[in-house]
Amino acid sequence: MRHVLPVLTVVAVIVAIWYAAAVWLNAQWALDMAKRQDREMSASELVLDTWSQEKPKLPAPHQVATELWKTTVEKKVTSKRSLVYHAWVTLSATLLGFALGTALGFALAVGIVYMRVMDMSVMPWVIASQTIPILAIAPMIIVVLNAVGVSGLLPKAMISMYLSFFPVVVGMVKGLRAPSRMMLDQMRTWNATKGQEFLRLRLPSSMPYLFASLKIAMAASLVGAIVGELPTGAVAGLGARLLAGSYYGQTIQIWSALFMAAAVAAFMVALIGLIQRVTLKRMGMS
Amino acid sequence: MTAEEPEIAHRTVIEASNLNLTFETNDGPVHALRDVNLQVGKGDFVSFIGPSGCGKTTFLRVMADLEQPTSGTVLVNGVSPEEARKARAYGYVFQAAGLYPWRTIGGNIRLPLEIMGYDRPVQAKRVKEVLELVDLAGFEKKYPWQLSGGMQQRASIARALAFDADILLMDEPFGALDEIVRDHLNEQLLALWARTQKTICFVTHSIPEAVYLSTKIVVMSPRPGRITDVIESPLPQERPLEIRDTPEFLEIAHRVREGLRAGHAYD
Repeated sequence: MRHVLPVLTVVAVIVAIWYAAAVWLNAQWALDMAKRQDREMSASELVLDTWSQEKPKLPAPHQVATELWKTTVEKKVTSKRSLVYHAWVTLSATLLGFALGTALGFALAVGIVYMRVMDMSVMPWVIASQTIPILAIAPMIIVVLNAVGVSGLLPKAMISMYLSFFPVVVGMVKGLRAPSRMMLDQMRTWNATKGQEFLRLRLPSSMPYLFASLKIAMAASLVGAIVGELPTGAVAGLGARLLAGSYYGQTIQIWSALFMAAAVAAFMVALIGLIQRVTLKRMGMS
Repeated sequence: MTAEEPEIAHRTVIEASNLNLTFETNDGPVHALRDVNLQVGKGDFVSFIGPSGCGKTTFLRVMADLEQPTSGTVLVNGVSPEEARKARAYGYVFQAAGLYPWRTIGGNIRLPLEIMGYDRPVQAKRVKEVLELVDLAGFEKKYPWQLSGGMQQRASIARALAFDADILLMDEPFGALDEIVRDHLNEQLLALWARTQKTICFVTHSIPEAVYLSTKIVVMSPRPGRITDVIESPLPQERPLEIRDTPEFLEIAHRVREGLRAGHAYD
């Protein structure tokens, strides 16, 4: 494994910068406290203080790591204080939204590729939908769905869907149009039906595009689910942890929730990458 | 061909009369084909030669129902190109092999058979047969990227042969290959033609290739795309590669070159 050394070096550099930044950002508070208590602080005391404050501006890496350990390993997963519980709440909405978004994106892409009218009429709206800031529209989706009696998982999943269908549409339109004119002419010389052309040529051609889109869609879904948790009053989920953390100045809680979100996203994207590798290998395309 | 010729001996397979095709482009209409008349008999090997823009590929595409003529008619096996296409009367070989990278060589050849609804045992039998025909037996389970360019093009010919159409339309199939591979494939193509008795229409821009392969050479010229000369080759059926050094061969090649030169406007 000759890649281990460079990877570890980069990680070490990031951690070092992080510790240094913690000193820089938290020093003012430590100095103010010392001044108020009218005592002198040595340089080493100051540094140690900036790395162990209860509500630091920027928590040190080990503080976040400790918090993560306490809220994942040391808590039962059913506990409301368990980060695993909150991550699962967010992940379930993410996955539902991802599935809905992928299905919607796929259906729209098929329509756009096969119907010129849809290409001209739907595509502008698809692009327009993504120019609206999700933070602005998320509360409205929640409120509107609540008004018609839909609450719980689905409203959050809808926001995930709203973000995740877009990369699938764009990627799949490109992918389904990937076959060359020659390949399509060839199908015509065999008098293939539209269905045969789709299943045997267009769909397999689009696979590399599909997986690239799914990775982006998964990350977008997670963002959507977290954003969707903010206006619901912060009941449960990583978004709730973020919001609660910011209410009470619990920066360590915020950062550990952020890391959990990043870990979940990385895991899901890696999972899609694995499925991609296996699929393309079985198709003889890698 | 005249009417008194016996029909069995030389049945007309492709017949174009007063064929015109105009493409509307942003720079105005382009006359891709003008007043094209041609008859191709059963078992003929016809080459279409001419500079780019002379309409040779367009003509082939009209026969295959991939382009629609503006006026005039084409009959393939006595019916319209569309009916012929639907009856799977021809196999078409494109400039590039166009093999599906996610299918094995066998899977690629099976593709048209699957589309046409052949039974599985028949599919397997046909794949074996045509692979032998193009000298690729044993490569059924390989993927296209594992084969050289020449082998890929042979596989694509095998695919065009798989459903046993009587007519083979080939659009510069060896254009992208180097000369040595090309010679080899030309030899193999002649052997294949002799064995299968198919009617072959072959587009090329190589004079030696056209003269070596054909029983009939159609010389075309551009702007507007038209036929300027049709040469019936006096060369024998049996053609070793060395025939290209004989006076007869050079004489036909000379006539083709003259025809090309006369029709070519150097502007």
